[in-house]
Amino acid sequence: MTASTLSRPRHLLDFQGWSRERLTALLDNADTMGQVLDRPVKKVPALQGLTVCTAFFENSTRTRVSFELAARRMSADVVSFAAGASSLSKGESLRDTVEVLTAYKVDAYVVRHHAAGAAHLVARYSGKPVINAGDGRRAHPTQALLDAYTVRQEFGTLEGLTVAIIGDVRHSRVARSNAELLPRLGARVVLCGPATLLPPDLARLPGVTLTTDPREAVRGAHAVMALRLQQERMDAGYLASLQEYADTYQVNERLMAEAESGAIALHPGPMNRDLEISSDTADGPRSRIVRQVENGQAVRMSVLYHLLVGRE
Amino acid sequence: MTQLTITNIKRPGSDQLESVTVENGVIQGWNLGEVGEVIDGRGGTVAPALIELHAHLREPGQTEKEDLASGLAAAAAGGYGTVVSMPNTSPVVDDPAIVQALIERADGLGLARLKPAAALTKGQQGEQLAELTYLKEAGAVMFTDDGRTNENARVLRLGLEYARSLGMVVSVHAEDASLRADGVMNEGPVSEELGLPGNPAAAEAARVARDLEIVAQTGARLHVQHLSTARALDLVREAKGRGLPVTCEVCPHHLTLTDEALRSFDAIYKVAPPLRTQADADHLLEGLLDGTVDCLATDHAPHTRAEKERDLLSAPSGIAYIEIAFPLMWTRFGERLGLEKLLDLMTAAPARVMGWPEPTLEEGAPADLVVLNLETEREVNPAEFRSKAKFTPWAGETLKGWPTLTVVGGKVAFRREG
Ligand SMILES: [Zn+2]
Repeated sequence: MTASTLSRPRHLLDFQGWSRERLTALLDNADTMGQVLDRPVKKVPALQGLTVCTAFFENSTRTRVSFELAARRMSADVVSFAAGASSLSKGESLRDTVEVLTAYKVDAYVVRHHAAGAAHLVARYSGKPVINAGDGRRAHPTQALLDAYTVRQEFGTLEGLTVAIIGDVRHSRVARSNAELLPRLGARVVLCGPATLLPPDLARLPGVTLTTDPREAVRGAHAVMALRLQQERMDAGYLASLQEYADTYQVNERLMAEAESGAIALHPGPMNRDLEISSDTADGPRSRIVRQVENGQAVRMSVLYHLLVGRE
Repeated sequence: MTQLTITNIKRPGSDQLESVTVENGVIQGWNLGEVGEVIDGRGGTVAPALIELHAHLREPGQTEKEDLASGLAAAAAGGYGTVVSMPNTSPVVDDPAIVQALIERADGLGLARLKPAAALTKGQQGEQLAELTYLKEAGAVMFTDDGRTNENARVLRLGLEYARSLGMVVSVHAEDASLRADGVMNEGPVSEELGLPGNPAAAEAARVARDLEIVAQTGARLHVQHLSTARALDLVREAKGRGLPVTCEVCPHHLTLTDEALRSFDAIYKVAPPLRTQADADHLLEGLLDGTVDCLATDHAPHTRAEKERDLLSAPSGIAYIEIAFPLMWTRFGERLGLEKLLDLMTAAPARVMGWPEPTLEEGAPADLVVLNLETEREVNPAEFRSKAKFTPWAGETLKGWPTLTVVGGKVAFRREG
């Protein structure tokens, strides 16, 4: 028995401590969860009696809805806590907030926060299982899992595949989580963006290469993911103009033509159409963007199940 | 004034047990017998009390973090007899009346001596010089905008020239704010992996380079605070080689911790300038050994626990460990540095930076003394700290070299029982 099968991760904060076997089991289990979603009554009793708290210190309706539906479809009670910066600016520490929530007998947390590492702190302070729903630039592991799941669904495996991720890599937790996850599952990751948005130190991650040339990035790629570009990056001086960015780095049909013949297009959403991705590609036959959203729910059900049920 | 004799103590470099008698705030003599009040030094090593050139005592205005009573008690417990306090309080120490009030309050406490630094510029805004002459007259010993960076190079130049005419040291937090940007930790592989905004080493080196050019132009005395990077230290070494009147300090936390500590996402490790790499820490230690680094300073920067239990973006920078600075340095680097060098870095060297007389153990010298127990190991227990900041990166660690007695002006300012 290997160490990884012995110690089962208590949280999904990033992929530290998650073995390939366990990650594969998580994705396999998402297949089963997907079947539940195809039934007329989309509900199973797996999490009955448990309370999941979605603690969103940063707004994200889409992610919150996806997690809350995932929890409810497994019969969990859901309580959602939305803190603006307000309660913390009143002098309350993150620890105080978490301790209050824990006093309400919450069994697990889904945490979204603007600061990298905040989900780790919630895990430390609450002592309950925590799923990171996005912390600053650090990680968005369920997004990476649903991306991996979507690619695997297409090609049957991730082994030997290449995934190109194009855009604002510097500020992207999606890029970081994919760069952590996909190589663990046998895929190669190419991160691409303008030099100002592509930290060279990321090349030290195993299985990850960097390039500022989008053509080079997509060559041999089986999946091409466009990252959302925040308009304020231009004001902060990272870009000369949005037009220049779109002309160079947009994921569009012209770029996709240089990828592998069966390559698919992905986007973590929400999209800036015709900025980081063209409408042609977003709505075209290669697009799996809607599928990503569908898969998100099944993957999140699988994660909740894995962390809350059947623990040794 | 009563006499006090400390018995059973060793002078550095000697194994002989001796006693020292102090009277009227000065060392009266050695081995005079048990004169006046007697304190058994229990075989400890006696040295001049330590001098801290860089502490944030938070008074006025931020006394929930620290105040003069708690901060100077913490200093005394750490073996310090003199503390230079930073002016980035609320209000800023840019007014002679505040300097006077601080000194008067500290005098009545019977703890470590307070020597306030005053702001170089009004409100530490970096635009208009503070009334440096009045501030000096009121008792300020140094000018600095620490807590802020001096972005306006011309104002720094003018401040240095003015301070030179007053015979005063200007100290700087050398960090280019625009390069630092929103960085909260050292920029490098660890920050990129963790997804935390990075503060590049170039932010420090670029600013040190700029400031050294201004020193070369003006000939004014500059002290560079809390150097954290190898490159900036090399720039200072080069400048000293050119004969420029520059000194610098290094903090024990930059010698003992690296950016790897941020993997915990614990804001206790958020400091400014940030924890750098092991290579930087090694280089700083080399600088201590070869004399490029003039002195040690702790940058004692207390915050409330609630503030440090925030996330890494919103938590304030700074750690507070003046109470364990000597034991930390002695335990980690005692062998490499040797006792005499370490004591010099924490006593005579800071005095030289300030242009003060070097503290000694000779007859007639001021009776600011510390007795250190160099052998006995003891666990760091923050609950026992005199500082209001009762947390530290070294909680639970076993250290030796604890101060057991601190005497300031011939009076006991701290005594550790048991
Ligand atoms: Zn500073």
